[in-house]
Amino acid sequence: MTTAVHQLDDGAWLSVNDERRVNVGDLWLLAGDSVCDCPLTDFLAEGFVEVAADGPAVEARVAGQCIACGASGVTDWLEMGRVDREGRFRAVETISVHRPRPDRRPSPE
Amino acid sequence: MPSKVEGWKDEVYGTEIRDHLLEFAEDGWESIPEDERDAWFERFKWWGLYHQRKGQESYFMMRIGTPMGRITPEQLRVVGELAAEYATGPAENPEWGGAYCDWTTRQSIQLHWIELQDVPDIFEELEANGLSTIQACGDSWRNIVGSPLAGRDADEHLDVWPLVQELNDEFNGNPAYSNLPRKWKVSVTGDTRGSGQGDINDLAFEPATKELDGETVKGFNVRVGGGLSRKEPRLARDVDVFCRPERMTDVSAGISALFRDYGDRDDRFNARIKFLVDEWGTEKLRRVLQEEYVDYDLPTAGEDLRDQYDYNAGRADSTGDYIGVHEQADGQYFLGLSVLMGRTSAADTIALADLAEEYGSEMVGITQRQNLVVADIAEADLEDFLAEPLLERYAPDPHPFMRGSIACTGTEYCSLSIVETKNRMVRYARWLKENVPVPEGVEDFHIHLSGCTASCAQPQIADISLRGMKTRKDGEPVEAFDVGLGGGLGENPQFADWVEMRVAADEVPGYIANLLETFEVRREDGESFRDFVARHDEEALQTLADPEETSYHDPFMHNTKMTWYPYAEEDGLDASPAPSGEPADD
Repeated sequence: MTTAVHQLDDGAWLSVNDERRVNVGDLWLLAGDSVCDCPLTDFLAEGFVEVAADGPAVEARVAGQCIACGASGVTDWLEMGRVDREGRFRAVETISVHRPRPDRRPSPE
Repeated sequence: MPSKVEGWKDEVYGTEIRDHLLEFAEDGWESIPEDERDAWFERFKWWGLYHQRKGQESYFMMRIGTPMGRITPEQLRVVGELAAEYATGPAENPEWGGAYCDWTTRQSIQLHWIELQDVPDIFEELEANGLSTIQACGDSWRNIVGSPLAGRDADEHLDVWPLVQELNDEFNGNPAYSNLPRKWKVSVTGDTRGSGQGDINDLAFEPATKELDGETVKGFNVRVGGGLSRKEPRLARDVDVFCRPERMTDVSAGISALFRDYGDRDDRFNARIKFLVDEWGTEKLRRVLQEEYVDYDLPTAGEDLRDQYDYNAGRADSTGDYIGVHEQADGQYFLGLSVLMGRTSAADTIALADLAEEYGSEMVGITQRQNLVVADIAEADLEDFLAEPLLERYAPDPHPFMRGSIACTGTEYCSLSIVETKNRMVRYARWLKENVPVPEGVEDFHIHLSGCTASCAQPQIADISLRGMKTRKDGEPVEAFDVGLGGGLGENPQFADWVEMRVAADEVPGYIANLLETFEVRREDGESFRDFVARHDEEALQTLADPEETSYHDPFMHNTKMTWYPYAEEDGLDASPAPSGEPADD
């Protein structure tokens, strides 16, 4: 099943199958990201820059800054959530620790 | 590859959106196919409708474009009545009640909680009264800004109102310019105050004179590529073109067509013309304009009047707004009224329209400082007008902190904003008024509060700039602000220096109090706040004051974005009365 993803309203939110699913303005805890050198990046999401869906995974690169050290930047690919077999999107918990990936997940065979 | 939005625009855009919009309105919200909603919401913007944020599905913000912020008292009444009838939402704002009008920094009007089925009736009423929502949002010519007092202001170079009407007629609904790569913001300044704020627009006509064919011609210098959004603020750049008044439409057509053809349609974050000016430089832009878009020889720039600019300029020798009583060129008077955070209740809007009409005013103006101006008051009526009870709330002589505060929409309705804005700025202004001595000689002190980097409250051009942020306090995430100092326009415009980062929202008033105390002690005789900031380097600025908790209480410290409406008693997203797109078990 194809998943339609968009970033809209100047990157204000991520749309999955034409429903607003993820907002900017949340804090994400990121491990191993290139935005800053903090052990964990306490990342304020300010705008979606790129979005993509491969199979069930919905991913995005997000502009923002670490509120611990102040460094600004764009994250690597970060999983926003997954679309289940019924087409429902289940967002990840932002309060968990997330590890962005330099490359998008490979498309399933 | 063109962006997804460009693909939607290729299918349907411009005036043709209206028929679809009216059809959806007739059939109801549910008639918009679920898999087409993103596309239609993007298109509806062109007709001034902006889908409100998560938790407020099916409700729209409606923007009415009013060129140079000019409306008649009758039109003001119509707007107030429409707000009362259609802009009443499911919850009340604690400051302004259930229905209100927002007066924006680009001299437009915004109504909230508009439902799709009401749009045809609203359009009919607006258009019957000479008002429209056309191109109020979307990728096209936006509302043209400039002084609403054109033709009345005694400090005037040229009356630009007829020229702006001509531009508005030419470029509204014109298919050649209705699908641009991005928004297109135009400013026309005819006064000597600089009140068009051209430096922060995509295209600016600035007052100038030039010797041409042996005579001194009054006209305009042209600047291109200003804007504040994101963290990429730019001042409009001088492209070395003088424009006679009769050539304004030709030059405007040429530059906006150049933007249409050469602007970046692949990446919306790089689409504004400010980035094209960065890439090309002004010489190439001028050359392409001359060679491909204009069929007469463009004169080089004339002599500008920028040394006279005082609008939002942070000068010690004059105030930077239209507040107060001012004599018009015809001997009548205009009164600039302070509108706190650019918002009036629907009832007050109607009352102001009645008052303006009663006193014979023919024009009410919306300024770029979110205030209202009532023009054409006879000298003999001034005393009575000033004694009207309504002017206790909309004062022509407000306290400097109330006078200079402006704020954007914020998380109340906006998807982009990080923090709550208007109600917080009201609380800030009131606390400052009650607790902080006004520095000697300061009549207007500009604090601009913007919820995010989109910069709709123009934070970079204020004495104190507040930009929405988050921080942690006792380990918990709270709303916060980056604080900038010393921005302003005028002869030599300057963006604020960002001095204090991630200040918890409840420590901002304490910071401002400490800062102004330092300013009063250390300023040179008669020095303006902006000049005081300018003579300190970044390191010194950071030592001027510290954030501090005070008696100020902030009820919006939590994540207001995660509410359906920040002021509702039950404010959680799951309490939203809007038809949510999310499945119940999500």
